[in-house]
Order: sequence, then C-alpha cells, then structure tokens
Amino acid sequence: MSALLDVRDLSVAIGGRRVVEGVSFGLAAGETFALLGESGCGKSLTALALMRLLPPVARIERGNVEFDGRELFALPESKMRSLRGGGMAMIFQEPATSLNPVMTIGEQIDEVIRLRDGKEGRAVELLEAVGIPDAERRAGEFPFQLSGGMKQRAMIAMALAGEPRLLIADEPTTALDVTIQAQVLDLLKDLQRRRGMALLLITHDLGVAARMADRVGVMHAGQLVEVSDTKQFFRGPAHPYSRRLFASLPENLAKPPEVGGEAKEFLAVQDLTVHFPIRRGLLRRTVGQVRAVDGVSLKVSRGRTLAIVGESGCGKTTAGKAILQLITPTAGRVSLDGRDLDELAPRDVQMVFQDPFGSLNPRLRIGQIIAEGMTAQGIEGDIGALLEQVGLDADMASRYPHEFSGGQRQRIAIARALAVDPRLLICDEPTSALDVSVQAQIIALLRDLQARRGLAYLFITHNISVVDYLAHDVAVMYLGRIVEQGNVDEVLRGAKHPYTQALLAAVPRIDGTSGECLLVPGDPPSPARPPSGCHFHPRCPRVMDRCRAGYPGAVTLSATHRLHCHLYT
Amino acid sequence: MMPVILWSDALFFLLIAVTLGGAGWARRHEHLRASWAMVWASRRARAAAAVLAVFFAIGFVDSLHYRPQLPVEAGKPPAYSVEVLSALDALLTPLRTHTEKTYSAPLATHSFAKETQEAGGRDFPPLKYPGTHLFGTDKVGQDVLYLTLKSIRTGLLIGTLTTLIMLPAAVLLGIVAGYVGGWVDDVIQYLYTTLNSIPGVLLIAAAVLMMQVVIDTHPDWFATAAERADARLLALCAILGITSWTGLCRLLRGETLKLREMEYVQAARAFGVGPLAIMLRHILPNLMHIVLIALVMDFSGLVLAEAVLSYVGIGVDPNTISFGTMINAARLELAREPMVWWSLAAAFVFMFALVLAANLFADAVRDAFDPRAA
Ligand SMILES: Nc1ncnc2c1ncn2[C@@H]1O[C@H](COP(=O)(O)OP(=O)(O)OP(=O)(O)O)[C@@H](O)[C@H]1O
Ligand code: SF4
Ligand SMILES: [Mg+2]
Repeated sequence: MSALLDVRDLSVAIGGRRVVEGVSFGLAAGETFALLGESGCGKSLTALALMRLLPPVARIERGNVEFDGRELFALPESKMRSLRGGGMAMIFQEPATSLNPVMTIGEQIDEVIRLRDGKEGRAVELLEAVGIPDAERRAGEFPFQLSGGMKQRAMIAMALAGEPRLLIADEPTTALDVTIQAQVLDLLKDLQRRRGMALLLITHDLGVAARMADRVGVMHAGQLVEVSDTKQFFRGPAHPYSRRLFASLPENLAKPPEVGGEAKEFLAVQDLTVHFPIRRGLLRRTVGQVRAVDGVSLKVSRGRTLAIVGESGCGKTTAGKAILQLITPTAGRVSLDGRDLDELAPRDVQMVFQDPFGSLNPRLRIGQIIAEGMTAQGIEGDIGALLEQVGLDADMASRYPHEFSGGQRQRIAIARALAVDPRLLICDEPTSALDVSVQAQIIALLRDLQARRGLAYLFITHNISVVDYLAHDVAVMYLGRIVEQGNVDEVLRGAKHPYTQALLAAVPRIDGTSGECLLVPGDPPSPARPPSGCHFHPRCPRVMDRCRAGYPGAVTLSATHRLHCHLYT
Repeated sequence: MMPVILWSDALFFLLIAVTLGGAGWARRHEHLRASWAMVWASRRARAAAAVLAVFFAIGFVDSLHYRPQLPVEAGKPPAYSVEVLSALDALLTPLRTHTEKTYSAPLATHSFAKETQEAGGRDFPPLKYPGTHLFGTDKVGQDVLYLTLKSIRTGLLIGTLTTLIMLPAAVLLGIVAGYVGGWVDDVIQYLYTTLNSIPGVLLIAAAVLMMQVVIDTHPDWFATAAERADARLLALCAILGITSWTGLCRLLRGETLKLREMEYVQAARAFGVGPLAIMLRHILPNLMHIVLIALVMDFSGLVLAEAVLSYVGIGVDPNTISFGTMINAARLELAREPMVWWSLAAAFVFMFALVLAANLFADAVRDAFDPRAA
C-alpha cells in the first residue's frame, strides 16, 4: 500500500519548548491509525500541525508532511485551504463550540459544499448519511436544538461535505456518553469502510483505540514511543510507558477487599425527589418541572462503597447534592444512622467534586482551603498530617492551587473533605477529568482511606468500567430513577435490565470484544418530558406494548438485587 | 495662614491612603503581585503611569488648601482672606498674579485686541508681562496655562471620587443579588433596570439643578465661595456615581451567579460556612479583578463626562476651573474674528494626555488581570 499521508520527523515548539519531537508515521488509504496518549502529550498539536492550523504561538521546527505526494509545508496558504475542505478534514472534541450557533445546521453544511464545488442542497443527504433521523427537519434547526451526540454527527457530516480522503478526529467522543460514543464510533467506522477514507483517530482511551484502529501509535511527552499493529499491541505492548498505561487501566487494578462482618445499614435515602421548576414568561410562571431526581431510594452500609452509574443528565450529581442538603429536596428522607440528616452537623457527610480546577478557590492557600471546614466546625486538626495522608507533602500548605496538577488538586480536595472527619464521602466523578494513570492513583488512595478510616463512599460516575474496582454495590440510574441495583457481581456480571446491559456493552474494551455490541439508538430523553411508561422504552431493544403503558414496579431477584423492568414481572 | 480642608480634599486624601494601603496589601498576595508585575513589564504602561503620576502630583498639591493671612493691623487679632488658595496657587504665584487686561496669543508681546491709545489712534497695546504666557491669556487676562493646571484637580476628582462613591453600592448590591437570589435579586435588578432606562443626562441635569437651588437657598452653609463650589463638585460626583453604578453592578451580579455554582463555594456550603463568610472569602476576592478593571476603564470616561456636562452647563460650578468650563468659554472665543483658539487647544492637549495615559494604563491592567485575555 502506498501511503496517503507520510509524516517524517515532525517537531513543533511553543516558546522554545519542544512539545512534539521527531514524530514520524504513515497512513494508507482506508486505514485507521490511532494516536494514543495522555493529556498534554502533544497529540492534538500533531494533528493541528498536519492541517497547518497550529495556534500562533506554536512553530513547526522541522520535519515534513506528504499528503498524496504533495509536500504540505511547501504549499501556499490558498492551496492549503482548498485541501483542508477537500483532501483532509478534521473534527474536534467539543461539538458545541465547533458549530456556529447562529446558523442552521443545513446552512453550515451547505457553506462547506459551496466552498468546495459551488453546488448546494446536499446537506440533507449528508445528514442522512451520518444517521440523523428526520434529516429534513434537522437541517433547518440551530445547534442548540441538537443534543451532544447529534451535534457531533452534524460535525462529521460537515467534515464529509468535502469528500475528504483523510479524516482527522481529535477525541471525537470524549464529551459524549458511552451509549452515544458507541453510536458515533460505529458511524465513523461504517463511513470509513464505505468511503475508503483514512482515519487518524486521536484518543486517550485504550478501549476506543482497540475497537477502531488498525495500527496504534503511543505518544508520550511529545514523542511517538511505540507504533505497532493493534492486535500485537494489545497482546503485549513493548514500550515501558505503554505497559504503564495498561497497568493503570481500571480493569487491571485489584478488586476492592470485601468488608468483613455484617453489612450494617448506614445511610438510608428514601424516595428522594428533586424537581426544578421551569419558569417562563414575564411573570415567571411555573410551566413544568425538570424531574432531575424522581424518587430515589438507596442504602449505603458502613465501610462500603455504593456506586451510582448513569449517563449525563440522569440526575446523579443532583442526587448527591440533595443528599448533602446542598439542594433542598422536593420530597424524601435522608437519614444517617437512623437520624434525619438535617439534624446532623455537616461534618458527617462531605463531598469531593468532579472538576479539580473549579473545586479549589484560586485565591486561597492550600492550608487555608483545608482549614476552612475545621474553622467552620470549630475543630482542631493537623493540616500537615492530612496532606501526608493523601500523599502530598506537609509543606505544600503554603502554596496556591494553580501550582498543582489535576491529580494533586483532587488529593487536596479529598484532604479538605477529610479534615472534618466525615463518615460518608460523596465522590462526584472524582476521576473523570483525570488521565488514566492519575485516575488509578486516586482510586487507590480512596480505597486506602476507606480501609484505614472505615469510610463509606457514595461514588457517582458515568464510567461503568471503574465501578468494578471500587464499589461493593451498584445502582444504575436513568432519567432520575434507579433502574437496577445490587452488588457488583449481580449488576456487572448478571445484568438483567436492558439499559444496564447496553451500558456495559457500550464500554469499549481493550480486548476489542464490544465490536458486535448491542447498540441503543437515540439520545436520552429530557427529564422535563419523560416518556410515558418505562422511561427507557423509546431506546429499548426489547420493548413490549406493556412498557409504553405503565412504569414497571420493583422486581426483587435476590436480597440485594432489584430492578424495574416488565421483562421480569 | 489658616489651613482649610474641603470635603473633596478629605476624600481625595482618603482615596490616596486607600490606594497606598491597597498597594501594600497587593504586595503580600502573590497572584496580585504577579499581575502587577505584568503591568509594570509593559513599557507603554510604565510611560502611562509616569504621566498619570505627574497629573496626580499636580492634583495633590492643588488639594492642600489654605486661607492666607491678611496684613496684620496692630492690636487686632489676625484676619484671614475669604479667598481659598492651594499650595499649587502658591507655587504658581507668578502665573496666577501676572494677569493681563484681556486676550493675548501664546508668547505674545502685545495684546490681541486693539485699544485706543493715549497718544491717539488705535493700536495693539504692549503686554505687562510680554512673552511669558506659554498658552496665552483668556478674556479677563488670566494665564491659560494656570487655568489648565488648575483644571487637572477637577478632572481627577470627578474621575476617582465618582467611582469611589459608586463602588461600595455596586459591589455590595451586585454580590448580594447574585448570591442570595430570589426576591432580593428581583428588587436589585428592578432598581438598576429602572435607573438605566432613564437617560443619564436628564437625571444628572435634574439633580444638578435641584442641588443648585438647595445651595442657593442656604448661603449660610458655606463660609467661602470655594466651599460652595466644592459642594457642587461633590454633588456632581455623587450624581454621576448614582447613574453609573448599574453597569458594574450588573457585571458583578453575573459573575457572582457563575461563582456561586463553583465547586469550592459548594464545598464551603457543605462545611456549613455562612453566606456572609462565603461572599467575603470566596466571592469577593474572585471579583476583584473585575472591580479593578472597571475602575481604571471608567476613569477616562468620567473625565470626559465632566467636560461634556460642564459644557452644557450642568457640570461643575461655573467658578470652578475645569476642562469643561474652559471648553464652554471657548465656544464664544471660537466665534470671534480673528479666532481665539489657544484656550481650547490647551484644554484639549492636557485632557488628551490625561485620558490617553489613563486608557493605556487601563488596557495594561486589563490585560494583566483579566483571566480571559491571557
Ligand atoms: N439548577 C437547576 N435548574 C434546573 N435544572 C437543573 C438544575 N440542575 C440540574 N438540572 C437538570 O437536572 C438534570 C440532572 O442533572 P445532574 O447535574 O444531576 O446530572 P448528572 O447525572 O450529574 O449529569 P453529568 O454526568 O453530566 O454530571 C439535568 O437534566 C439538568 O439539566
Ligand atoms: S420495561 Fe420494557 S422498555 Fe423498559 S427496560 Fe424493560 S423491556 Fe425495556
Ligand atoms: Mg454530574
């Protein structure tokens, strides 16, 4: 095969610092090459350099790129521009910011086509090609009317408008839910096969690479440390860094130790409900309710971890905040050790948040941040010891948050929560903003703290693959309700609810087994207008007439395993 | 000599004290020190700051007021003149006292208008102080350079005191509206939307005229003409402040809404930290850059506003020397044949220098403090 794209010895520098160093690889037509690496390793800059779209501060130091026999860095900008629409196209991570909010989807696609060959009117056809249902109507809609997955499809349609022979996809599914990710990846693979495109896929997710790529390149600190065939790579990576990546996958972490003795009920949540009023008009009348959390009942036992799993917008965060009384619940009871939570001091339950950059006040020193809870609760404590407990140095207390990395900040946030000696820690996606290797460290830390302090965790996550390695019990949430719950083995290995099964199947695994996964179509509906009957029925592959009529009652399969599905009633 | 402290002097000194205190505070905070270091790193900002410093020095010297002692008559207690002078007046005594009869062009040796001479016939009479008036003299023979230098204080006061007056209201109401929400937010929003929908000039004109009536009906409140003019200047600052806090308030409310949802604020709430402490510890320090940027950006706008308002007659007291009153006077001078252009030119050059320096400095401050600009 002659190479369509040939990158030789590419180096990019930003302000004297080499961020891409001597990267060389080739890509043949119809082939998929995955560029793997953790955040900041230079994978996006490599892609931007190929498109000659580098930010002004970055400079190509040396190297050359040949596309279809033409030297890209030697082309004049005008030639390059026509090549960008036609020969090579790019899609980005954040579909929301890559579309123009004031133009309809159809107009935006037509614009690209017009730039290319002066013809119009193929927008609808392209939208159909990327699997957008009701393409005729969607073409006339604005980006804000589309869900995240649909926006990404529209972006792909736009990229296809120029009939590119090389598609560069920079983390195309990172901002999407697993079920949507599965749909988009499937679409990309299908399009590639039909059009014979070459695909340069940039990702940090080993599972995505395993599922999509023919060949894999691993980037680390600006260098391409390993390039190999996908099968061979996943059988046994050669480079030490690649091996480290594998080792930190949640799949390869040890399972949590089973807590001995009788599992004593500790936190009890009864019918927790949070409805947000939707207000409209001049008088701000309430015209509806967003049922963010709609009657959730949970139990967490002392020293154990309960994971709440669900897709974006299903109400996980809202549930966590309502348990903590940060949001006043519309209805329901929360009690800890038999006492109502609103009578307890706030120190019993604490929270660790998702965004390590938004959870620390940038104007305060680490010491002040950690002391905040202690001062508010009037307790004494040793800040240095707390910092050491989460694996940081005691003398970091006098520094400011901006001096720390994401993982370190998350450790600080954990130390802050531990400062008031809570008994339950609510962790809201504490690792989803972190790289896999850092994620593994934080999970290990959380587990270590649990063993030492007997903490109970409520672990909120959208990533069902970390659950196995952290949780004892799992609750799966869909549109404000728990659809299935039980212990880890029952839910992850004996999933009965079609939604849980779909979630599990959608996770790209590194053994590549999810190729024939069960795809659930469509997007999660809005909690403001939940579908009648079983909320999952518009997407459920096993839907029956009964499902449209009424919400299924609870089915108890074992002492711990319960679910809501008409299949089992 | 009897020192006199006018209200505006006191506020101006307070402002300078606050600025110095703030500088000391900023030195102890790393992120502020870093941002200021970024400001000083720009050569343009340093030059602008130097120009501003000169203006502020002039304004400061012009704020040290006193009443000179009249010649002592034997056996009587010392008496003081009703005229209030400043240290600047004392420094510029030659300029202040070397008045001519009427207009004279810059550095002229002879008057601008012909006069009937004792010897018969009409001719340009020689000046008393030929060649010393750098910017010429005005209608009553006052040195224009002196007038422009005196104008500086007025401009600075308007530019700084106005923000000082409106700042507490804007910051307090903005943060409270954003953080507390609910009906408090509704009331505050209603307030500033209403204020905003009345044309500012109308509001200012009405308020200034009312103020004038109050001042005129209570002549006993003021010992000297300077105090009366000062009261009107302060009133103008207050009115400008009242009409201009809304923009900053709205900005701060929006930013507070965003900060309120930040996870560190949520974490503090989870610890049971009270709302007041959250606003002081977590919200206010993260808004300071907006306040600072608004402060320096508004300054030049207010200096210009003074000129415009005084030009249409609803600004400072007509006896107060200011850029606005100078420009107002120039309206008639420009209509003369031949034209008298130098008052306007002098006012323009000084005001331009002040506003340009302020704007350049404001730009540098914004670049250094605005996280989005980085
Ligand atoms: N303050 C609010 N006002 C109105 N609606 C809200 C509010 N907060 C959340 N919602 C809505 O409630 C639903 C649940 O939101 P929530 O943040 O709990 O989801 P989530 O499961 O945590 O999602 P993610 O995985 O994206 O964090 C969403 O539809 C959201 O739009
Ligand atoms: S109740 Fe019906 S629609 Fe809902 S999950 Fe079960 S089978 Fe699917
Ligand atoms: Mg969430």
